[in-house]
Amino acid sequence: MDDIKVRLLQALEQNHRITTCTLATMLDLPENEVKNIIKELEDVKIILGYVTLIDWEKTGNNDNVTAIIDVQMTPQRDVGFDVIAERICRFPEVTSVYLMSGGYDLSVMVEGTSLKQVAFFVSEKLATMENVQSTATHFVLKKYKQNGIVFNDDKKDHRLVITP
Amino acid sequence: MKKNIKEMPFSGIRKFFDLASGIKGVISLGVGEPDFITPWHICEASVYSLEKGYTNYTSNCGLEELRREITGYLLKRFNLQYDYSREIVVTVGASEAIDIALRSVLEPGDEVIIPEPCFVAYKPCTVMAGGVVKTVATREADHFKLRPEDLEKAITPRSKVLLMCYPNNPTGAVMTEKELQAIAGIAEKYDLLVIADEIYSELTYDGEHVSFASLPRMKERTVLVNGFSKSFAMTGWRVGYAAAPEDIAVAMLKIHQYTIMCAPIMGQMAAIEALKNGVGEVKKMAGQYDRRRSLIVNGLRQIGLPCFEPKGAFYAFPSVKFTGMSSQEFCETLLNEEKVAVVPGDAFGRCGEGYIRCSYAASVEQITEALNRMEKFLERHVKKQRTIYAVR
Repeated sequence: MDDIKVRLLQALEQNHRITTCTLATMLDLPENEVKNIIKELEDVKIILGYVTLIDWEKTGNNDNVTAIIDVQMTPQRDVGFDVIAERICRFPEVTSVYLMSGGYDLSVMVEGTSLKQVAFFVSEKLATMENVQSTATHFVLKKYKQNGIVFNDDKKDHRLVITP
Repeated sequence: MKKNIKEMPFSGIRKFFDLASGIKGVISLGVGEPDFITPWHICEASVYSLEKGYTNYTSNCGLEELRREITGYLLKRFNLQYDYSREIVVTVGASEAIDIALRSVLEPGDEVIIPEPCFVAYKPCTVMAGGVVKTVATREADHFKLRPEDLEKAITPRSKVLLMCYPNNPTGAVMTEKELQAIAGIAEKYDLLVIADEIYSELTYDGEHVSFASLPRMKERTVLVNGFSKSFAMTGWRVGYAAAPEDIAVAMLKIHQYTIMCAPIMGQMAAIEALKNGVGEVKKMAGQYDRRRSLIVNGLRQIGLPCFEPKGAFYAFPSVKFTGMSSQEFCETLLNEEKVAVVPGDAFGRCGEGYIRCSYAASVEQITEALNRMEKFLERHVKKQRTIYAVR
């Protein structure tokens, strides 16, 4: 991939709300070209989406629970873990799925409106799947940092106003 | 009190700092240090060393491991071969390295040639070391590079040292290998010692930094000064170093030994980690500075401030001459009216008059907001200017 695209992605990765006009200035490109490159990167799914990280706790009406589930499974001939992982991905309550090294195979993150709902999902949907041998469910108690962003971070600029 | 100290003015920056500190809600493009905090793994290495009980003095010239890492870095980065045991002195920031280098070599009355605009400490350090300052003005038309013919004109039989800094604070100018070679030729012809302050070496955009000592036959007449402050965002740790021919390194070490003893061990521990595992972070930070550089330079030009393209450090140095205001006047009025702090160019030498230093070690949002405010400011004042002319 050429350098310009990489630089554009690096800038976007930090803040996707930056305007194409500012991006164009930062990368010394015409704005139209920036728009075209972004479109292209979206089309080939290098840019997969833009999400907003929200601290729902602070809204005061957050009853959601998050769980991380370790899943052990038997890989299938020819396709390994892929087919079953893709099936797991289809559930809307599943927010991320990773293939892991170590003691278990898939790490599945699930979000639900109650403990019961998540437990139900695991026992009825996930654990009963063909090839799934075992599951271990861990509920998230508190989020400190996600996607590189620290919750409750009061970053201050400690520098003096003017320095040589 | 000693006469020359009594007569020595405080840095022009300090006066401006006092002004700016008194105002609330200031957006500052006046800061000469990274807006990043030190990468965590570097801080952590230092914390860990404290937990292990490393709270003692180190050898005067610095921890052996650090000096080995420094020579390894200089070799890998600039193809420079130094002996860690005899040619490296770890100092309290690059500032100390400059001070003790000057004190090591200057006899009373020896002349130090300093291209301006330059860092505020060069001239006072020269005076305090008993030297005589000979400044050489650089110009925007030359992109603030030192012209060999200007250097040659400044040379007298008492010239001993050329003290220069590229990438440059405050202009952001860099010099190419070819341009430095012309300077090297003159240094050789007139037997000058060159103190090369390369503290911004890692912040070079469009091309690689050329270390002056790496030019043919220059290592033996160069004191290379560098450090961790700017590249690794480690200003508060106060760790720098000098790489110099053995006789000068020994002289510097004597002064360092009797005045400083050693750089703080926690800073040295952090510096070891920085060189071992921090180079990737430097690249990332440099990438961010580079994008902001385009943002600020293009932004300044768009609002009407002519600005040459800086290729290093994190400063833009636009001209404000057309406003009819002096640098000081421009900066003070801008600060009072729009609460944007930039540094008047004359704080860095007389030839900096008519320019302002805008640091882009600030977030994209801050830079954008500062540019908006400056635009309003210019619209108001430049219009006023035009009206005055019209009335006349």
